[in-house]
Amino acid sequence: MTNMILLLIGASLVNNVVLSQFYGLCPFLGVSKQVKTAFSMGAAVVFVITIASAVASLIYSFILVPLDLKFLQTIVFILVIAGLVQFVEMFLKKNSPALYKALGVYLPLITTNCAVLGVALTNVQKEYGFVNSVLNGIGTSVGFLISIVVLAGIREQMEYNDIAKPLRGMPIVLFAAALMAIAFTGFAGLI
Amino acid sequence: MNKYLERIYNGIVKENPTFILILGMCPTLAVTTSVSNAFGMGVSTMAVLILSNFLISLLRNVIPDKVRIPAYIVIIASLVTVVELLMKAYVRSLSNSLGLYIPLIVVNCIILGRAEAYAAKSTPLLSICDGIGMGCGFTIALSLIGACREVIGNGTLLGHTVMPSSYVPVAIFTKAPGAFIVLGTLIAILNALNIKNNSSKKVERCDGDCCHCSISCSPEKKEA
Repeated sequence: MTNMILLLIGASLVNNVVLSQFYGLCPFLGVSKQVKTAFSMGAAVVFVITIASAVASLIYSFILVPLDLKFLQTIVFILVIAGLVQFVEMFLKKNSPALYKALGVYLPLITTNCAVLGVALTNVQKEYGFVNSVLNGIGTSVGFLISIVVLAGIREQMEYNDIAKPLRGMPIVLFAAALMAIAFTGFAGLI
Repeated sequence: MNKYLERIYNGIVKENPTFILILGMCPTLAVTTSVSNAFGMGVSTMAVLILSNFLISLLRNVIPDKVRIPAYIVIIASLVTVVELLMKAYVRSLSNSLGLYIPLIVVNCIILGRAEAYAAKSTPLLSICDGIGMGCGFTIALSLIGACREVIGNGTLLGHTVMPSSYVPVAIFTKAPGAFIVLGTLIAILNALNIKNNSSKKVERCDGDCCHCSISCSPEKKEA
């Protein structure tokens, strides 16, 4: 039990997926202009990563390992993720229109979020079982949610500031991310 | 011939994937702790990019429009697996230090972005040149970031000590925050030069892909 809690905290705060592992930077920098959209993106990512890490773990241990096809893992995982995202989109559209409306635009973007594939591959590499894979998925994606929402908050505040011309746009966002990364290294002592 | 050279120049300078298009940020920031890592990553991405551009351009009339994205992803993923296995076999140490970022070339937006924006509409030879240009631009940008981080954070360049012995390495530059700071500074310097030259560059349209989004919505465009 303690191991599982440690895994969750480790995945979400200490080894924060964006700020220390650099997975999923594209949406992190691209979709963080407003807190509201950032939260929707984060929630969609939590949803997809959790399901994807469960499915990928099952496929790996019940199909790829028995058939000795481990070298195909990258191809299989990315296809599973792409299919899964499509499926989640259709399922939400039919069964939960409200949620679909909130997440809709962001769902297709998740296929190219390297955090999803990154988590699936990490789970295999570290030989996590099914339960630990899912927990790692939840922890990682919650870490993503936290960091993208915090960055969006910072960016909303920066809107009203007078920033030197060359720094406007991406550079100042990168500096904000750098300061966040420094702050997050403080979590290293947690475990 | 000019057309082909223009493609290469375009990839390296005019539409540099890292500094101008801001694509493929994950490997850009993650593996640039040293020049050799950065260069290795750049070259392996370039290999995949050239081959995928070539194959997709050859198949552009065969692949139905509706399933083009999954088809591209399968092509790219197969190429990445080939590169991954080759690297494991021949450059073991590089493959170990790049680790998970090699399979993650699959989701590098540069590759899918170029497939969608260029290779799907052009002849194979032009697509290869586009791949070479973009790949070189990416490799140069990565090596530049890698060099800054290695010199400041470690006092070395390609493993050789270049700073005087009194220099105390700023260790944070080899860690995560340093990556953001170096990339931010480099882009800011380029912006400053651009503002001076007053040549506002047109950036390609958004393809509905997350990474492009950061460009088309970034406030600097409104300025220009």
